Amino acid sequence: MTEKRTPYIGVENVSKVFGGYAALNDVSLEIHQGEVLCLLGDNGAGKSTLIKVLSGFHEPTSGTIRVEGREHLLKRPSDAADLGISTVHQFGGTFPLMSLERSFFVGREPTKGWGPFKVFDRKTAGEIVVREMQAMGITRVTDGSRLVGSLSGGERQVSAIARAVYFGAKVMILDEPTAALGVKEAAHVLRIIMQARNRGLAVVLVTHNVTHAMTVGDHFAILIRGRKADDFHKGERTREEITDLMAGGEAMAELEAELAELSGAGKRTGD
Amino acid sequence: MPDLKNLTRRPEFAAFVGTLFVFIFFGYFGWPTFTTPLVIAGWLNVAAELGLIALPVSLVMIAGHLDLSVGSILAAGAMTYAIITGHFGLPDFIGLPAGLAVGTFFGYLNGLIVTKTKLSSFIVTLSMLFGLRGLVFGVTRLTTSTVLVSVKVSETVRNTLGGRIYWMGERTTFENAIILWVIMAIVVSWILYQTKYGNWIFALGGDETSARAAGVRVNRLTIALFMGSGFGSALLGITQVALFGSAQVSAGQSYVFYSIIAVVVGGVLLTGGYGSPIGVIFGTMTFAIVSQGIYSTGWDSDWSSLILGLLLLVAVLSNNTFRRLALSAGDKIETKTPEAKSTTSKAPAELKVK
Repeated sequence: MTEKRTPYIGVENVSKVFGGYAALNDVSLEIHQGEVLCLLGDNGAGKSTLIKVLSGFHEPTSGTIRVEGREHLLKRPSDAADLGISTVHQFGGTFPLMSLERSFFVGREPTKGWGPFKVFDRKTAGEIVVREMQAMGITRVTDGSRLVGSLSGGERQVSAIARAVYFGAKVMILDEPTAALGVKEAAHVLRIIMQARNRGLAVVLVTHNVTHAMTVGDHFAILIRGRKADDFHKGERTREEITDLMAGGEAMAELEAELAELSGAGKRTGD
Repeated sequence: MPDLKNLTRRPEFAAFVGTLFVFIFFGYFGWPTFTTPLVIAGWLNVAAELGLIALPVSLVMIAGHLDLSVGSILAAGAMTYAIITGHFGLPDFIGLPAGLAVGTFFGYLNGLIVTKTKLSSFIVTLSMLFGLRGLVFGVTRLTTSTVLVSVKVSETVRNTLGGRIYWMGERTTFENAIILWVIMAIVVSWILYQTKYGNWIFALGGDETSARAAGVRVNRLTIALFMGSGFGSALLGITQVALFGSAQVSAGQSYVFYSIIAVVVGGVLLTGGYGSPIGVIFGTMTFAIVSQGIYSTGWDSDWSSLILGLLLLVAVLSNNTFRRLALSAGDKIETKTPEAKSTTSKAPAELKVK
């Protein structure tokens, strides 16, 4: 880990206040290309707010965001998209009743023709989407006119990742991509994440699953009540420490003590 | 290439079946009058008029919104045209664009309020329906001191918008509105299927947040769609003035629900994200056949409402079924990667052992 290189995205002292409540409090982070940054934390810790700030849905109340060293204001999602920041929402954030070829290109439709008669080139769109999905190991997609809703959760997630990669994302933000997936499908999604990382993308992975985080993560940041509680690299913490931190550190210790009391002294087994 | 199975998965298939059903139904009970040109013109005219509103409204609904204000916008457009050309005696080239512009403007206002306030379009357009009706009443009474303005429609307007189609030197019973309907159908289908905006409309109706994230200009699109339905409503209003030679302040209110029925029977998902203009054309025809076909059966016309009510319910139910079918598309090739197979087929196998 070369500590001195400029991060692709530098989050510096960012706070976001909603009606007097600081959802994010003075958070600083570095997001590097070719790395998977795992954003961990309990519900309400500020993970969603942070990724919404990064993807341009929320403007930070204070603090700055630098992209490749230069300060940028991300006022709307398209600002983030222009900088190569792509967000993949839970469940792939896609449109179940749209065909793959349509949903894949929403907002960036390939067109052909001239002037006011420019038309959406569905044939090209279909060919590209099938090719990209096949390349990501979803071989049963052979027809772009298939509805997104007929894909499994993992396949949808993969299609969303394929979309981000295809459109040249530099940073990919994944919000709980493996939640609600089966073991095999989650593994497939994680493999795709690793492939994207190896291609040099910066990946921000939000997850509740410590195993998944530890499998793919290079760099970890833990948020507790809007503050960054810890920030470390692979191998610097044990699994137990991470689990503890994710559950809110002290809170977990308290809970365990309480449970121990309830279940009778000495019954406290290892976590 | 598109085999029968794929055909049944198309969003307009259920709507087509519905139209076919009511056609056969009234063809049977209304025999032989139902197939005379007079009766066909009767329902086709009704379909065409409704279609002028239902088609642009279908785009609004596919985008996940509702437009209940079409009734009052129709009256506003009609009244503007009637007051300018009828009451003040100004020429058509002022009255026509003014009428259409007023309709489009109130559509714009709908869109603006919906996007700025984030209120549901149901409430916004309901307010518009009532508010604008009051405004049309008030302004009409102030300027003309009546609620009915008659217009001496010029020959040109009668031959293009209002009036009936000339065919082989004879005036038929088919209205010019049918031609407008066809043009509207082509324009709306072209937008939805051929342009990138069609893609945006589906995306907006599917999931607004994701659409926004993907770079769709959600606000502009929403406003444009409401302007479209405002334009369609005003166009029908003016067409009716040209047809009947007068405008009434209370005109058009029935189109509020008629348009929704036609669109939903046409297979558009009420919550947006799914539907097709071709389906809406069938839905509009179904509506018209039921409401007009009843006259050729000799039954009391009261029964048509009952049929329409039932039809609406059946349409929504069958749309759900067809949508499920569409979502399950490709079951036949489900025997693919070993990955997904091992996770999905395990449970049933174990169950079978029990």
